[in-house]
Amino acid sequence: MRSFGAITAALLVAGAVGATEIPQAERRSGYSFMKPDTRAIQDEDTANPGMLWVLDGEALWKRKSGATEKACADCHGDARTSMKGVAARYPAFDKATGRPIDLEQRINSCRSNHQQATPLPFESRELLALTAFVARQSQGVPIETGADPQLAPFIAKGRELYMQRQGQLNLGCTNCHDDNWDKRLAGSAITQGHPTGYPLYRLEWQSLGSLQRRLRACITGIRAQAYDYGAPELVELELYLMGRARGMALEAPAVRP
Amino acid sequence: MARLSYLTSAHIIAGVLLALPGLAAATELRGYSVDGDAIPQSLTGRAGDATRGRALVVERSSTCILCHSGPFPEQKFQGDLAPDLSGSGRRWSEGQLRLRLVDASRLNAETIMPSYYRLDGLQRVGAVWRDKPILSAEQIEDIVAYLVTLRE
Repeated sequence: MRSFGAITAALLVAGAVGATEIPQAERRSGYSFMKPDTRAIQDEDTANPGMLWVLDGEALWKRKSGATEKACADCHGDARTSMKGVAARYPAFDKATGRPIDLEQRINSCRSNHQQATPLPFESRELLALTAFVARQSQGVPIETGADPQLAPFIAKGRELYMQRQGQLNLGCTNCHDDNWDKRLAGSAITQGHPTGYPLYRLEWQSLGSLQRRLRACITGIRAQAYDYGAPELVELELYLMGRARGMALEAPAVRP
Repeated sequence: MARLSYLTSAHIIAGVLLALPGLAAATELRGYSVDGDAIPQSLTGRAGDATRGRALVVERSSTCILCHSGPFPEQKFQGDLAPDLSGSGRRWSEGQLRLRLVDASRLNAETIMPSYYRLDGLQRVGAVWRDKPILSAEQIEDIVAYLVTLRE
């Protein structure tokens, strides 16, 4: 129908140029797009279903696990002090692999290396619970992800993926979350895509879920091939998004529609 | 089912059009010719069915009302990323509507309107959607037939 190499290149360039990044002062958490009754669920620990995972995570934190018979608490002590601010720095550069890893991967790497326990599957109740418990200790802390200069090339890759149109619907993240965040997709508010509250409880899921789960759902929504859990592309996208939200307060465990 | 039937019945038309330059990527799609900002001829050679077209427009899987709103009082959730479809048939001719559905990116490379009848130039399409247009030629003709009736 046409020579698509050149046109694709032109589209990609146009996509990148057309995207307008959100000025710092106009950044908004997904929370601010929610109705008051949904906000109220997040605001009250006794109403927030995400707190059930946090409580499970607290129990797991103290439970001995793996060949070393060690609990997280045996090395890290009281999470309220040792884990404060940690989730606000993830994904972070991992020296062992030379790549960024997200909080779930950090927990699993700690399990493998220090507890000699089997890694927990992505989206398993236990991994979500531990992640939620650790992230909860940073509630209200400003996001600092991306400060390490070793992360720069990975942030750039994440940004490239964010800008790139893909899937049968041929859309990039930026087309909605930079250019149309004040609009509605069918009945749903399009947010700015700042991942301030993960892991979070989605009413649609009736469960807590990770940022990777949310990204995979969005990628499937544009009818593109979703990346596998733990894929470098997903971690780079998480990294770019967290860096883009730098300075915004962490809300985990947040509630979203 | 409509998708399968167009694939089989399109061979003769596609075969003729393949002889023309620049059409190699469209082996599974029916050929069409663009005149200005319109595709004047029906993709199927027949007129679509406006009643089926309306049903398609309001069906979520067609994706129209995710972004567009329109005269669909029974639909609670409609989008506002794109123009209201009311008055489409007054603003655009049948051929203009057809091109805007088939491949709106020909008119504006930066548009967020997907190309509903195009296979080339797409990246990382999910396995279940790969090598299929979003809508079949028949579905596009049905939707065009409906949109031209929206005079107000």
